[in-house]
Amino acid sequence: MKPFTYERPASPAEAAAAAARHPAAKFIAGGTNLLDLMKLQIEAPPHLIDVNGLGLDGIEPMAGGGLRIGALVRNTDLAADARVRRDYALLSRALLAGASGQLRNKATTAGNLLQRTRCPYFYDTNMACNKRQPGSGCAAIGGVSRQLAVIGHSEACIATNPSDMAVALRALDAAVETIAADGATRSIPMADFHRLPGDTPQRETALRPGELITAVTLPAPVGGRQIYRKVRDRASYAFALVSVAAIVQRDGSARVALGGVAPRPWRVEAAEPEVARGAGPAMRAILDGARPTHENAFKVTLAERTLGAVLAEARG
Amino acid sequence: MRTPDFAATRRDLVMGATLTTAAVATPRRPGARAAAADTPATGPGAPVMKIAFTVNGAARTLDVDTRTTLLDALREHLDLTGSKKGCDHGQCGACTVLVGGRRINACLTLAVMHQGDEITTVEGLGTPDRLHAMQAAFIKHDGYQCGYCTPGQICSSVAVLEEIRAGIPSHVSAELEARPQVTPAEIRERMSGNICRCGAYSNIVDAITEVAERPA
Amino acid sequence: MKFDTPATTNPIDRMTLVGQPLDRIDGRLKTTGKAAYAYEHQDAVRRHAYGYVLGAAIAKGRITAMDLAAARAAPGVLAVVTAANAGPLDKGEMNTAPLLGGPQVDHYHQAIALVVAESFEQARDAALAIRVDYARAEGAYDLAAARDTAEKVKQSASATGDFERAFAAAPVTLEATYTTPDQSHAMMEPHASIAAWDGDALVVWTSNQMIAWGAGELAKTLRMPREKVRLISPFIGGGFGGKLFLRADALLAALGARAAGRPVKVALQRPLVANNTTHRPATIQRIRLGAGQDGRITAIGHESWSGDQKGGQPETAVDQTRLLYAGANRLTQLRLAVLDLPEGNAMRAPGEAPGLMALEIAMDEMAEKLGLDPVEFRILNDTQVDPNDPKRPFSQRQLVECLRLGAERFGWRQRNPRPGQARDGRWLTGLGVAAAFRNNLVMKSGARIRLNSRGGITVETDMTDIGTGSYTIIAQTAAEMMGVGMDQVTVRLGDSSFPASAGSGGQWGANSATAGVYAACVKLREAVAQALGFNSADAVFEGGEIRAGNRRVALGQAAGAAELVVEDSIEFGDLDKRYQQSTFGAHFVEVAVDSATGEARIRRMLAVCAAGRILNPKTARSQVIGAMTMGVGGALMEELAVDRRHGFFVNHDLAGYEVPVHADIPHQEVIFLDETDPVSSPMKAKGVGELGLCGVAAAIANAVHNATGVRLRDYPITLDKYLDRLPELA
Repeated sequence: MKPFTYERPASPAEAAAAAARHPAAKFIAGGTNLLDLMKLQIEAPPHLIDVNGLGLDGIEPMAGGGLRIGALVRNTDLAADARVRRDYALLSRALLAGASGQLRNKATTAGNLLQRTRCPYFYDTNMACNKRQPGSGCAAIGGVSRQLAVIGHSEACIATNPSDMAVALRALDAAVETIAADGATRSIPMADFHRLPGDTPQRETALRPGELITAVTLPAPVGGRQIYRKVRDRASYAFALVSVAAIVQRDGSARVALGGVAPRPWRVEAAEPEVARGAGPAMRAILDGARPTHENAFKVTLAERTLGAVLAEARG
Repeated sequence: MRTPDFAATRRDLVMGATLTTAAVATPRRPGARAAAADTPATGPGAPVMKIAFTVNGAARTLDVDTRTTLLDALREHLDLTGSKKGCDHGQCGACTVLVGGRRINACLTLAVMHQGDEITTVEGLGTPDRLHAMQAAFIKHDGYQCGYCTPGQICSSVAVLEEIRAGIPSHVSAELEARPQVTPAEIRERMSGNICRCGAYSNIVDAITEVAERPA
Repeated sequence: MKFDTPATTNPIDRMTLVGQPLDRIDGRLKTTGKAAYAYEHQDAVRRHAYGYVLGAAIAKGRITAMDLAAARAAPGVLAVVTAANAGPLDKGEMNTAPLLGGPQVDHYHQAIALVVAESFEQARDAALAIRVDYARAEGAYDLAAARDTAEKVKQSASATGDFERAFAAAPVTLEATYTTPDQSHAMMEPHASIAAWDGDALVVWTSNQMIAWGAGELAKTLRMPREKVRLISPFIGGGFGGKLFLRADALLAALGARAAGRPVKVALQRPLVANNTTHRPATIQRIRLGAGQDGRITAIGHESWSGDQKGGQPETAVDQTRLLYAGANRLTQLRLAVLDLPEGNAMRAPGEAPGLMALEIAMDEMAEKLGLDPVEFRILNDTQVDPNDPKRPFSQRQLVECLRLGAERFGWRQRNPRPGQARDGRWLTGLGVAAAFRNNLVMKSGARIRLNSRGGITVETDMTDIGTGSYTIIAQTAAEMMGVGMDQVTVRLGDSSFPASAGSGGQWGANSATAGVYAACVKLREAVAQALGFNSADAVFEGGEIRAGNRRVALGQAAGAAELVVEDSIEFGDLDKRYQQSTFGAHFVEVAVDSATGEARIRRMLAVCAAGRILNPKTARSQVIGAMTMGVGGALMEELAVDRRHGFFVNHDLAGYEVPVHADIPHQEVIFLDETDPVSSPMKAKGVGELGLCGVAAAIANAVHNATGVRLRDYPITLDKYLDRLPELA
């Protein structure tokens, strides 16, 4: 961990101003991913802006029936919120499927969205990684890739996004509210929040330098059966091999997002009408263009079978 | 002549069949590392900040390198080595402590982020001659072997029962909106952030179940 | 004391304390955070500094340049130790590659530097400022690819009868190849040490299972007299074989402390542990079984291939096959390839654990071919003598009893012999069984005992408690022998200034170390009797007194004003040659496999063990359930994933190398058969800590087969290996 200075501003505006003063600074909230990476010098910010004092830890109803979730709401509290449990069960279930009780107590809504890949080659600083060191290459390609992406990846990077929460937010059509260093605010749809790697896998989100997430908004409840199914080798405290987030309505229409298969939560709206024809046709459409490695080709089959089980449960 | 490297009164390494026989039962000598606590071992180049928090009921003030984790502040500056460093990356749970009553991994948070917080470590739950009910239950059910994950398991166990009481659901709760119950499946899922390589899990669940069933 | 004839009646047989399920005497310290592990003896030294280890970034080659300037100039840095400035070092006998590498690099994450600084944060930052240039060399990293280069290992080869002919002639045969992956001990406490010099004498607080070995190896490596090195290791946060030997933390702490002129603490950073230290090597195992239609084995052959660094050792995965089942024609053979992966070495039940992972699937497959129940097939092929030397009996062998009792208790009759038939909602369920077998090794072990004037007993031995319960069973042994209460006994362990013991390894620790304490107690009883004018042969030690006829005297009187101190050790004769000494068991498992995703989860587990006298059923049971848990890991998730291009274990932390968590483990049942083995030691005990692991993974594999109909021969049994063979979804 490189030496860094530390400050704890009291308002989002102060935090944004601090970010403007320290261009290489990082915001720290839960710290569960950032400190992990700083210890390995994968991240080495010279300045940390602790945003825990910003008061962004409430969950408020919005006009029109949605919810605004403060950026600092802890994963535990979000999962346990009565409104979330009732109206956005998918989100609650996805959160509870992730990490451990200790980590969920600390990890925040915004931090979860920004957590970086768990690709082992990203984590090992002796290995080439375009995400960690742009232009150095990708040691994961041709390496141990069982956990890595089957779709949406590039010649530069085959890492997956590890978040469970983000998969549910993608299916729920959530949006990310931010404040920029100049005080400007905007709302970024989840569909646009995480970027595909292309030639610049180091750029993972649509956030601009110094831009701070203030909230995540959920549109009005959509009802339906909401199921989050996470498949992993061990029964808990593990990242997904594949996860399926599904919202299935009585009329058979459905939204489906996948975790564990791509550099971002993977949802293909155009493929969703295929769900009516069954898991096979649906997953063929969702994963159209998949290019798995020999080690992770099973994820394609697994995703289809898992969706099949989810649909059976939703209709059962 | 060089100062000897050994402290003048090195604690004797004795294991007693009962606690009355063993010097190990006494708490660490408070002055053992006072010098280090007063003048933190940091040199030029690394920012140092003053932090005040409450640990196990006692107000503590430290000057720490901003890089110091809460875990290292407890272990290396306050000599509270009950909280363990198993991985330093949030992958094992051996460092679990309670902050404001909530369990967290002390390895993945900075000491400077805990100004004013109330921190409870395993040493604050009970002592060898005044055991917490959970500590006693772990002994009775042999809910440990090497003992290295044990403080984290115990801190987590205490918090898990609180979380269930508070109605926080888990991955295995059948109904999201129903009140969770203390069942073996719930305990296992909620304790899964505490790895025990010796494999005492079955006994740990027995210990937690016993404490949960005891009238409050 | 020489133990060369089977034990007769002795004071241990009273079983007033030995054999009782007593709570651990160190429990209050462990549960309150007061038990001090290696890195935590900071109150024993002054002004300690912190070391941070830099591991090699390549698997094989040479360091061509090392730029230490930035590290040396970094704030707080006191010293940077490398092979270039560490002074001349020997290599210990027990580690294959040097513990401080450079300029030659032998494996990935081999330690190549230690940075010592005032604080941990400073040492870490400075270590990562070291720039190293390497010249990479080609290496061999793929066991399957190197298989044909593997050479036969002589000492483990065995042949009885004419295996090839019998196998060719057998009416029913099985030939199959199985693989087990590299596995990591993954103990919760990383390897850690604090070293402090006092002139030319060195004290190291460390985490080591074998104190005498460690002290000797450290002295040899540092080219010091053995008596100038003291190792202290009162609590050890798990070892499983990973802390049998001197490792880099202790050596580097010593070198760092010398360079810095201060005591130094070093803990291997978790991401270094898997590649820096030892691991259980992967195996490829070929098993051939031949049997008559009656189910009796006529030919049994087991060959295993493994790899290690040049000069290293094979994984002895065929050893149990020499002894576990009957059969007139037998063949076992090990082959060893040179690999440039990190050093392979012992992990819990080396040999038998991976060997039974294969053999016990093969037995299940053979039973299926023969149309026999797998329990009955094993019973049918039991042997009460060493099948290679029928004149040599087993000292005790209750494998059949374990299988029968386990089958009854587990409800084995419910098992549908046709696989893939049992369903519970979305789950496919199945039952599996495997035999457990682990040899009983005995090791010389010493102890010193002090009796004080108040009748208090202090036991001192360099034996270690790695979670096994040594403190408690040693106290039970001493209290039983001397006729005092547990509260009169103090046990001091893990210090090389105490008599050398068997140490903790190979499941020999409990039996050998308590036998050493027994020997010392016999001597103390004689000394007490003599001091107080009793004839030790007819004196009774009870209630803190020595008694004969009407005369009784408090033990403390023998000590007088000072202490009465005796020391002795147990040395074993040739009983292990005259008798085959082994431990036996049977594992029963119920699994459920998700019919859609293939996720396998354990529902029930039962182990039945026959392992001599159980010294403390509570701690022994914990050993077994812990081993069963490790078996679940081996069956379902544990694998050090090899990058065959760069030559390292990729998943080198506790997120990447998955071991079981709470949610993976159901309530576990353990039954110990009532057994004493007078051939093993005066304690009549054996070990259980490794037995509990042996066979577990195969029982799970067999249960997965019973649930799904899919036979898997490559561990771990993960869903990707059989997803496409699961039933179509409805």
